[in-house]
Amino acid sequence: MELGPIWRAMMRNKSSYILIALQIAVTMAIIVNAIGIIQDRSRKMARPSGVDEQNIFYLSSLVYDPNVDAKTVITEDLDAIRHFPGVHDAIVTNTVPLSGGGWSEGITLHPDPNEDGTGVAIFFSDEHGIDTFGLNLIAGRNFDPTEATWLDTESGEWPPLTIMTKAMVEELFPDTPIEDALGKTVYIHDTKPVKIIGITERMQAAWNSWSGVERSMLVPWKRADSFSRYVIRAEPGYRDEIMPKIEEMLASRGEGRIVRDMKTMEQTRHRSYLDSSGMVTLLIFIVSVLTAITGLGIVGLASFSVARRTKQIGTRRALGATRMAILRYFMLENFLVSTVGVLGGAIIAVGINMWMVEAFDIQRIPWYLIPAAMIALWFVGQLAVYGPASRATLVSPAMATRSV
Amino acid sequence: MFRYYVKLGLTSIRKNPILSALMIAAIAVGIGACMTIINIYYVMGGNPIPNRSDVLYYVQVDNWDPNNAYDDPNEPPVQVTYIDGKALLDARKARRQVLSYKTGRVIEPQNEGERPFQVVSRATTADFFAMFDTPFLFGSGWDRAADDSEENVVVISREINERVFGGDNPVGKTLVMNGDPYRVMGVLDTWEPMPKFYDINNGAFDPPEEVYFPLSLAISKELYSWGNNSCWKPSGGGWAAYLQSECIWLQFWVELHGASEKQAYMGFLNAYVESQKALGRFPRPMNNRLSNVMQWMESQHVVVDDVNVLMGLSFLFLIVCLLNTIGLLLAKVARRTGDISLRRALGASRRAIFSQYIVEAGVIGFGGGILGIGMTWLGLQGILALYGEFEFMTRLVQMDWVVIFDAIGLAVVSALAAALYPTWRACAVHPANQLKAL
Repeated sequence: MELGPIWRAMMRNKSSYILIALQIAVTMAIIVNAIGIIQDRSRKMARPSGVDEQNIFYLSSLVYDPNVDAKTVITEDLDAIRHFPGVHDAIVTNTVPLSGGGWSEGITLHPDPNEDGTGVAIFFSDEHGIDTFGLNLIAGRNFDPTEATWLDTESGEWPPLTIMTKAMVEELFPDTPIEDALGKTVYIHDTKPVKIIGITERMQAAWNSWSGVERSMLVPWKRADSFSRYVIRAEPGYRDEIMPKIEEMLASRGEGRIVRDMKTMEQTRHRSYLDSSGMVTLLIFIVSVLTAITGLGIVGLASFSVARRTKQIGTRRALGATRMAILRYFMLENFLVSTVGVLGGAIIAVGINMWMVEAFDIQRIPWYLIPAAMIALWFVGQLAVYGPASRATLVSPAMATRSV
Repeated sequence: MFRYYVKLGLTSIRKNPILSALMIAAIAVGIGACMTIINIYYVMGGNPIPNRSDVLYYVQVDNWDPNNAYDDPNEPPVQVTYIDGKALLDARKARRQVLSYKTGRVIEPQNEGERPFQVVSRATTADFFAMFDTPFLFGSGWDRAADDSEENVVVISREINERVFGGDNPVGKTLVMNGDPYRVMGVLDTWEPMPKFYDINNGAFDPPEEVYFPLSLAISKELYSWGNNSCWKPSGGGWAAYLQSECIWLQFWVELHGASEKQAYMGFLNAYVESQKALGRFPRPMNNRLSNVMQWMESQHVVVDDVNVLMGLSFLFLIVCLLNTIGLLLAKVARRTGDISLRRALGASRRAIFSQYIVEAGVIGFGGGILGIGMTWLGLQGILALYGEFEFMTRLVQMDWVVIFDAIGLAVVSALAAALYPTWRACAVHPANQLKAL
């Protein structure tokens, strides 16, 4: 093969080849790490929240007049919302998945204040909770209408029943089938017993970056707080139509309260992952521009190298080298440089990744990204060098006789 | 000579338009990427109160769970309980001290047809305004006597004053909130500390509150915090039990001048914690912290990880662009070895050749810098388009003269650094060798 002579020729004029190899190496390091982050974020964004995102919207009601009884207002509001045409179901609760704000507690297996609790997101609910959120109950039963009670917020009491997500049950009882958890009693606030009566397939907590985001529980508690949040599930296709109507209806129901912050579940998801989706777009942009710059750099240097070696190419042609041989020469030369670059790039990429895993909350890159990026950069290099190389093949053998 | 070299540089750029354009574009893109991220970083991690950041200290005491630190490894809670906040406030061992938290109120305008609206509020103590150097448009804050007697007094933002009082001087007038009349003491002028250092854990880039009133009043009206509330053991039922609980929900700042005052205050904090340990509280080892504004913001990671990651990537990006430029400059020098030999043969010193090529690189760097400013502007607009729904982004994305000068400076320095090796190579050209081939 011609690799030997090509390599020796390169060694005589090292610096520009070293520069290209370095450029390819750093480019590869950035690309690999950026794609690692893109994959990780995209995977997080693709997780379902477990609720019927297309049809749910919610709003807040604030009773600010101390003379207005919050319990009466909430009961009447819910009754009116549930009978509103186009509404599938509704509840009063504290928050919705992915909203960024919520309530979490620690659950223990024994009534022991020294036991480490498992964190769980709390959603207040009544017997309409499963239907309103559109949850999939995979074991056990729903609350019945007598079980959701008005407990005094100030009493320190806690409702004795709960419906948990599968992920929460698996975290509490890792070694048994999830059905076995039904009927078991766990403890909240160190000593308050809570019996698990149902298990849902999935319901995400309010915080998308929390490691326990899949751990949630419904609690049959209607709270007469001055601040409450109505979650409403519309009949399919009716959401946008009834949103303003419901807001208007609630706002017009009496003095002493404010209705605000109406949002759809889709807006909430968008907002929740805005930083991730922005990061993904930025990184895709960086990867594309970087690849283009490195490609253009290869084109520039190859053109220059062809121009400088016009006479040499002419001589080779005059001595019988075919056009194919000339093309092959430049392509092989680039392949050698790229190989050195991507090998160096693999090392730098892994180094940077190790540093980022250490310093930030970033996943380790999957191994296959390295060979994938190598192949991609080899390809970019060959593509970039093809133009100048094919121009080199047009150098006529007669050039050998001329003085450049 | 310098002007002549600049002219030569421009001529050479014109002679190789594609190569030169490639170099200028590569520098501009690299600078644009870097400056965009640096700009965001600079505003996010900037000093929100430069003239007082060294005398304001955030206080942390570790009242947390004996079995688990508040945060690993052994970090004390980021807010204080009401018991501790109130005790430290009443001790008055610092020059000034302020205990506060974020909450909400509903303003009921007295004009016809105006609907009540909700405002983000801060329940705080008298020293707040002096400590944090808030600008006043009208009036002033309240005094300690108002704190002690739970007076219905209020300081409002400029926007609220425009909305409720039409922008006139409202001092002494009455503002009705949640059914209660409050006497307006003052109106803040535009005040946007960035980040919002005094309550960093409840929205570091949120705008400041719209209404301020005495903490003592908020406590007696049983207003829960709108910010983060964490408890490591149940608080029991009711407001009185909540006030006595181990739940953290308030922020406590002190003003201390110099190391000796800081040391004395630390001694006081340690003595306080010891006295509480005697009462059976504070089960963890002594772990009190006093952090000044910049230390506090750093420990709370105000600059989000994504920005740090992007910062690293954008510097690597600039390196790629520079490697690109070095390669292209080398190519250019190699093409002009003939010129160089000729000049050397005619008597030009190595030094003269060096000056000529370094000036040429400077010209390219300057061009890249100018174009880089445009790229930075584009980059910031792009960031705004991506993240604009975060209200604070419009305040993060600002371009000022500092950024513009930095961009040009970074571009010229980068281009000169990139030019060093190719220029050195140019100087090494022998006068005779190349002339032979000509």
